Amino acid sequence: MNTLDHIEAAYLRDDVPDFGPGDTVRVHVRVVEGGRERVQVFEGVVIGRSGGGLRETFTVRKISFGVGVERIFPVHAPIIQTIEVTRRGDVRRAKLYFLRDRVGKATRIKEKRT
Amino acid sequence: MKTIVGEKLGMTQVFTDDARVVPVTVIKAGPVHITQIKTPERDGYAAVQIAFKEMKAKQVNRAQAGHFGMAGVAPAKHVVEVRIDDASGFEVGQQVTVADVFQPGQRADVTGISKGKGFAGVIKRHNFQGQGASHGAHKIHRAPGSIGACATPARVFKGKRLPGRMGGEKTTVMNLEVVAVDAERNLLMVRGAVPGPKGAVLVIREAVKARA
Repeated sequence: MNTLDHIEAAYLRDDVPDFGPGDTVRVHVRVVEGGRERVQVFEGVVIGRSGGGLRETFTVRKISFGVGVERIFPVHAPIIQTIEVTRRGDVRRAKLYFLRDRVGKATRIKEKRT
Repeated sequence: MKTIVGEKLGMTQVFTDDARVVPVTVIKAGPVHITQIKTPERDGYAAVQIAFKEMKAKQVNRAQAGHFGMAGVAPAKHVVEVRIDDASGFEVGQQVTVADVFQPGQRADVTGISKGKGFAGVIKRHNFQGQGASHGAHKIHRAPGSIGACATPARVFKGKRLPGRMGGEKTTVMNLEVVAVDAERNLLMVRGAVPGPKGAVLVIREAVKARA
């Protein structure tokens, strides 16, 4: 895969902060609406990262008007303006899919103590 | 000449300018050297013979040494002939690189040998539907079912689709979009999949059925 790594390197972003499952992030997404571009913020809990290299993605889950919403972003997507990590979560699992079955207080995640 | 020979390096994905993900196959295409030019006067048809991928000196046999020596080209592993209408403008020994043949946005046809699948059943080989998982089906879930009638015609028709060897044959994927051309590293990226495993030798030509 050495040769392909060179090709992917040209598209990799170097401004991706360090974050992982359990962290709360604010993803600033560029949205083009009728020729006009604006920035939309998607804030929620990262429930997993998958893939590697340029193909890596992460899933953010939030509760919007009582409905669970999940959005999958490529880590290196150019539509992402910035990723802000607002809270570090203390979790033991790489994938937090169990959050989907929980509501209300049970979805809280312990904050990581530094 | 709108053809080049290359080697499949593998697949990955890239982002376009409008931030969309495009699945691409990366091909190490060329550089190729012209080893022979065939003319209607001498050979009965016009073609250009191109050679790709240098080989080690100890791999070269005498016939190859003579042929490549006459052209003044380093011996190469793969030799491909490309039919053309007019051979003028080409000369033996000339080098052709991927940037001479393709620009991003063009369409390309990619020919190669598909991955061998071995002896495959009808579901994999001919996209048959198979039979029920239940409703009394017993040991026939992936079987072809009836292959014909009874006393008339008392035989199975020729060409009936049955299990057998699959893959490992010459396949052309047409009209793939050229996403990027890297002249420096002799790389070509086309949208979508191409036949064969990584390391497969591919013949890439300008699309013959491209829509304007």
